[in-house]
Amino acid sequence: MTRYRLGTFWLELVMIAVTAVMAFPLYVLVNMSLRPEGSVSSPTAPTTSPTLENYGDAWSQAGLGSALLNSITITGLSILILVLVSSMAAYHLARVTAMWSRGVFVLVMAGLLLPFQLALIPLYVTVRDLGLLGSVWSLVLFHSGLQIPLSVFLYVGFIRALPREYEEAARIDGSGSWQTFRLVVFPLLRPITGTVIVINTVLIWNDFLTPLLYLSGSPSQTVPVAIYSFVGQYITRWEFVSAALVLGVLPVLIAYFAMQKHVIRGFAGGLKG
Amino acid sequence: MKRFISRPGAVGAAGPPDDQPGVTARPDDGRAITAEPDIGTAGRINGRPSPGRPRWRARAVPFWFLIPALALYGFVVIWPSLQGAAFSLTDWDGLSPTKDFVGLANFRELWSDDVARGAVRQTIIIAIAVTIIQNGFGLLLALGVNTQIRSRNLLRVLLFAPAVITPVITAFLWRHLLAPTGAVNDVLGAVGLGALQRDWLGNPDLALWSVVAVIVWQFAGLSMVIFLAGLQSIPREIYEAAAIDGTGPIRRFWYVVRPMLAPAITINLVLSMIGGLKLFDQVWVMTGGGPGRATETLSTLLYKEAFQFGAFGYSIALAIVLTAFVAVLASVQYGFLRRQEESAQ
Repeated sequence: MTRYRLGTFWLELVMIAVTAVMAFPLYVLVNMSLRPEGSVSSPTAPTTSPTLENYGDAWSQAGLGSALLNSITITGLSILILVLVSSMAAYHLARVTAMWSRGVFVLVMAGLLLPFQLALIPLYVTVRDLGLLGSVWSLVLFHSGLQIPLSVFLYVGFIRALPREYEEAARIDGSGSWQTFRLVVFPLLRPITGTVIVINTVLIWNDFLTPLLYLSGSPSQTVPVAIYSFVGQYITRWEFVSAALVLGVLPVLIAYFAMQKHVIRGFAGGLKG
Repeated sequence: MKRFISRPGAVGAAGPPDDQPGVTARPDDGRAITAEPDIGTAGRINGRPSPGRPRWRARAVPFWFLIPALALYGFVVIWPSLQGAAFSLTDWDGLSPTKDFVGLANFRELWSDDVARGAVRQTIIIAIAVTIIQNGFGLLLALGVNTQIRSRNLLRVLLFAPAVITPVITAFLWRHLLAPTGAVNDVLGAVGLGALQRDWLGNPDLALWSVVAVIVWQFAGLSMVIFLAGLQSIPREIYEAAAIDGTGPIRRFWYVVRPMLAPAITINLVLSMIGGLKLFDQVWVMTGGGPGRATETLSTLLYKEAFQFGAFGYSIALAIVLTAFVAVLASVQYGFLRRQEESAQ
C-alpha cells in the first residue's frame, strides 16, 4: 500500500497520459494563438514562427481591458455583500432554534433547487422597469441574491459545529450582539469564508447568461460576454480568436494556480459539506 | 459533515482571537467565563433556556441579522419566481402593458409542441449521461490520484483546472476542435483512425454526445476533487485491514470504500444532475441548439422563446417544467440536507 511498486509506475504512466490528453485542447489553443493569420498548417502541428501580434489586436478590439474591470467590480462587490449578509443570516439561523427560524432556513434552502431561469425573466422585466439594464449594479444585485442559499448553507453547517463558549463569554461581558458577531464569531468563520469566496468567485466570474441579458446593448461588458461578442464577430479568423480566448482564460488560470490549494480545498470541503 | 466539525475545532484550539472583548479587557471576570459554558451546554441540550437563567441567551442573535439576506433573496429569487408562476398563465409578450389570462394554454401548447418535447428529451439525456459518465470518470481519476504515484499533486491541480475556466471560453475552444477540419479529426487522421473522422457538431446524431463529452471534459476534475476528499477521509487502517484479510482490489472497493464514499457520491450526483438539467452556456455557444433542433435544451429554448420571439408566458412555462424536473431531485437533496443537519447537531 505504501511502497512504490512496478504497478504504481504503470499507473503513473497511465495517469500522466490521461492528463496529457485532457490538457491537449489547451495546447491547441495556445499553439493557434501564436500563429500569423491565414496559416494553413494543421492546428496540432507546433507553430514554426510564433508571434504575439494576435494578442495586442485581440486585447484592444475585444475591449478586454474594460471588461476585466467590470468583471472584477461585479465579482468583488457581490462577494463582499454575500459574505457579510450570508454570515449574519447564517449566524441567526444556526443559533436560534425557534420554529419560524427553521421555516426561514427551509425557505432559503429551497433556493438551492430553484433553477435561476425561472426568476430570470420576471426579474429582467423588473430590472428593465427600474432602468437598471446595462448597469453593473443590476448584476451585483442579481448575484448577491442568487448565491445566498449556497452561501448560507455553507455558513450554517460550519457555525452549528462551532462551540458557543466564546460568544457566550463575550455576551456576559456585556458585548452587544453585533459586536459579538463582528469581533468574536466572524473571525472564527475564516475557513468557511474562504470556501464561500472561492466557490462564488468561480460561479459569478464565469456567469454568461445573466450579463448577456442584463448588459446587452450597453458598452459595459463582463469578460465572458466580451469574449462571446468578439468571437462571434471574427469566428473564421481563428488565430485571432484564439488569442482572445487565451486572454480570457489567463486571469482565471493565474488566480487558480496561485491559490490552487485553497481553491481545491474550497470546492472539495465546501461542497462535500 | 465530519469536516465541518473538525475544522472549527481546529480553529477553536488555536485559541480565541486576541481582540475578543472581555477576555483581555477584563481579566477579573475569568470566573464568569469559565462558569458560563455549563449554562450554555445545558441550554443547548434542553433546546430552550429554562426560567431563571440569564435572558440574554434568547435574544443572543436578534432577528435583524436575517433581514439583509432575506431582502436580497426575496427580491432576486422568491418574488420573481412567484411572478413567473403567475406569468406562465398569461400570454404576455414582455413589452405590452396588457396581458390576458389564458389558464393552462401555455402548458397545453408545450405538451403538443414537438420542439418543446424534444428539448425536454435532450435535457434529460444530457443530464443523465453527464451524471453517469462524469462521475464514473471522476471516480477513476480520484482512485488513480489517491495512490503513491509521484505526480499525484501536480496531476490533481491540472485535472481540476478545466472546472474553473469560463464555460463560454471552453465551448468556443471545443467548437473549433470539433469542427470538420479541427484538431480532433486531425489527430484521428494522424494516428490512422481516419475512418472515425466526423462532423462532430454538425451531425444531428452526434452533436448531443459531443456536447456531453465537452461537459465531462470540463467537470470530471470537479467530481474527482470531491471523491478525493471522501477517499482521504477514510482511515488507512481500514484499507490495510481489508488488504491483510486478502480482499481483492475490486471487492475492497465495493465493500469497504464505496459505503464510506456515500456522502461524496450523493453530492456529486446531485451537483452534476442539476448542472446538466440547467445547461445553457456550452450548448448555446457550441451548437445554438442545432443542427436543426438536435441539441435544443430547455434553457436554450426558453431563452429563444423569451428574447427572440417575445413569448414570455410560454417561455416561463418552459422554466416551470425545468423547475419541476429539478424538484424531482428535491426529495433526494432534502434527505441529504436533513442528514447533514442531524449529524451537525
